[in-house]
Amino acid sequence: MIRRLLLAAVVALAASPAFAVNPDEVLADPALEARARALSAQLRCMVCQNQSIDDSNAELARDLRLLVRERIENGDSDEAVINYVVSRYGEFVLLKPRLKPETLLLWGAPIILFLGGGVAMVDFVRRRAGRPVGEPLTDEERAALERIVGPDASDRK
Amino acid sequence: MIIELGHYVLVLVLATAIIQSLLPLAGTLRNDPALMAVAPPAAVSGFLLTVFSFGVLTLAYVTSDFSVLNVWENSHSMQPLIYKFSGVWGNHEGSMMLWLIILTFFSALVASFGTNLPERLRANVLAVQGWITAAFALFILLTSNPFLRLDPAPGEGKDLNPILQDVGLAIHPPLLYLGYVGFSVCFSFAIAALIDGRIDAAWARWVRPWALAAWSFLTAGIAMGSYWAYYELGWGGWWFWDPVENASFMPWLAGTALLHSALVMEKREALKIWTVLLAILTFSLSLLGTFLVRSGVLTSVHAFATDPTRGVFILAILVIFIGGALSLFAFRAPTLKAGGLFAPISREGALVFNNLILTTAAATVLTGTLYPLVLEALTGEKISVGAPFFNLTFGLLMVPLLLAVPFGPLLAWKRGDLLAAGQRLFAAVGVGLVIAAIVQWAHGGGPVLAYFGLALGFYMMAGAVTDLVLRAGVGKVTASVARKRLFGLPGSAFGTALAHFGLGVTVIGIVAVTTFETEHVVEMKPGTTVEAGGFVLTFDGMRQGRGPNYTEESGHFTVARGGVRVTDIWSSKRVYTARRMPTTEAGIRTFGLSQLYVSLGDPMNDGGIVVRVWWKPMILCIWLGGIIMMAGGAVSLFDRRLRIGAPQGARRPKAAAILEAAE
Repeated sequence: MIRRLLLAAVVALAASPAFAVNPDEVLADPALEARARALSAQLRCMVCQNQSIDDSNAELARDLRLLVRERIENGDSDEAVINYVVSRYGEFVLLKPRLKPETLLLWGAPIILFLGGGVAMVDFVRRRAGRPVGEPLTDEERAALERIVGPDASDRK
Repeated sequence: MIIELGHYVLVLVLATAIIQSLLPLAGTLRNDPALMAVAPPAAVSGFLLTVFSFGVLTLAYVTSDFSVLNVWENSHSMQPLIYKFSGVWGNHEGSMMLWLIILTFFSALVASFGTNLPERLRANVLAVQGWITAAFALFILLTSNPFLRLDPAPGEGKDLNPILQDVGLAIHPPLLYLGYVGFSVCFSFAIAALIDGRIDAAWARWVRPWALAAWSFLTAGIAMGSYWAYYELGWGGWWFWDPVENASFMPWLAGTALLHSALVMEKREALKIWTVLLAILTFSLSLLGTFLVRSGVLTSVHAFATDPTRGVFILAILVIFIGGALSLFAFRAPTLKAGGLFAPISREGALVFNNLILTTAAATVLTGTLYPLVLEALTGEKISVGAPFFNLTFGLLMVPLLLAVPFGPLLAWKRGDLLAAGQRLFAAVGVGLVIAAIVQWAHGGGPVLAYFGLALGFYMMAGAVTDLVLRAGVGKVTASVARKRLFGLPGSAFGTALAHFGLGVTVIGIVAVTTFETEHVVEMKPGTTVEAGGFVLTFDGMRQGRGPNYTEESGHFTVARGGVRVTDIWSSKRVYTARRMPTTEAGIRTFGLSQLYVSLGDPMNDGGIVVRVWWKPMILCIWLGGIIMMAGGAVSLFDRRLRIGAPQGARRPKAAAILEAAE
């Protein structure tokens, strides 16, 4: 957390503490603006540490926000806007990486671990269920047990 | 002179730690009680020496001794006293000293309160604590020495980073480190058990309170940090999936899993091996977090090139401890005997399910955090993994877990009845759905999923209450008997209910603020108004002011509802004189559990100023839930049966002893 604060401070040093989205950027049509905001949250501010362009007040983030809004106003679909931004800035700009061979492990990790762990868990319980724990009681122990709990103790087990 | 003394004592800490790490271990190997008995006094004196060394550094800060490089870099004579004080750990060197003092504190606690521990176990545990202490003391002395002098001494310091000049810095890092480092005790217990090749229920009874305490601190630390970022950064976010946050969140997830598996082990002697592994993994994630934050590897892979010693040193600590622990585990685990049996549908089964999801979640966060680094190192390709990725994957993982939470405590040990538990939760499900429906009716709009989220939160809260109600037997016995039974319940039952209730509260906060938050970005001139959350805010104008080490411009807003003035809000921008660094001090007003959040932006050419106003409904639930969870941990900690040193075993029936002997 401290680091995050420090980094924000560094960014704040670079540009005076303006806000991310300024009133002059906002699109007139609320529906289009909402789309622009949603898209901005998916795009990385290239000069910041782990900030979306929606959160960042860096100059470059502002340029990118304006670009996104321009494309939206030109009638691009969300996908087309993303493709356009990626074609200009590379995959690095996406905060949610696309599924491709290089990111297969990233996206697959939760599924593999969950399923693998689940199978191991079920297998463990199944295998253990049929197996007695420890050694069976000796006759002496059984007799002691019957004295304490009653004659049908050995059946109850 | 005193500074050099502090430095010298830090060397003594290292020496004591080396003694503590070697002699007791030799004692357990040779079965020599005299050598084993070295451990407790070594641990206690190690702690006292660290206190002295830390005290010297603190004194240098409080007296603004700028002849010390570390003080000059991070303090200022005009700073308020509390920030001089908390500034001690507001930098790399000092925060490592904080790490060390908390580590030795825990060792001293084990040494002083562990008098009824088996001798061998205590000696081994303290020896492992000694290794960790030695590694970190060496790290501080070789790469991060806070006692370096400056000659000639400058007249004035460079000031603490303004963003850190906040009470948050006084509370957040100590809490977080108490959590991080607290898990070191669980780690040491695990290693000690592996060294001796023996784990029994007494071991779990010992580990659980430590895990609970560390977990409670970490919960509080994370919640506190989240609130600090929320009010200090000025853009109203409360969780960013930042690598540094992830670094603290991973041990929390693993620690939560550890807490639950230790429960199974203590009550049923099952999952021994898994619990030991989790204890190792949890502290490994704490170490990894320290490495990620402290080495600078997160900012850029190339940070290694600029200051390789620190990063490489911590990496070495990481490899030795994690690698060593896991090798020992692989070597010893097969010799450990498996414990009690259980059916898949049972309390144990539910806790295994909890562990499966929590560890998968921790692994997901770990993969997401490290993937860009590894991919870039291997292929040179740069990708980003940010909030949208984590929200999707982590969110999906949490849904089944949260749904299952109320079921766990209602299932019987060994063999449970899912259907019966489900029937008992009918009321809780009903409460969740009805409240969500009422909110939908009153508020309207928003995605359907959000209402499911709200229903989920209320269902968890009601489920926690259901558990207590059933245990007290309300409805089955007379009211007075039920009341007696309720107060007679063990602390851990209340702890569980509180923690699960708190989780529900947090879920509600997250869902509510994500869905119903409104944001208004406007340019305002004196006299203009903006509407947010049913309130009308009127901008009255700006005022100049100055504090001890900053100047500020504050905007004044009058808040009215239905034409009636309710309150007013000041929101400011500060410039700290020493570093010429601007910060925003957001204006926040609380209404019940919701908040109005006002942040100032740039002045415009025509005399107006950009203002950002948020209505954050139910946002306090996020942290309130965290506090309730922490309280649950504390209540559970004070359960008599778990209290360290509580007498036990007197009531054990003979038959159980015989059955156990047969196992």
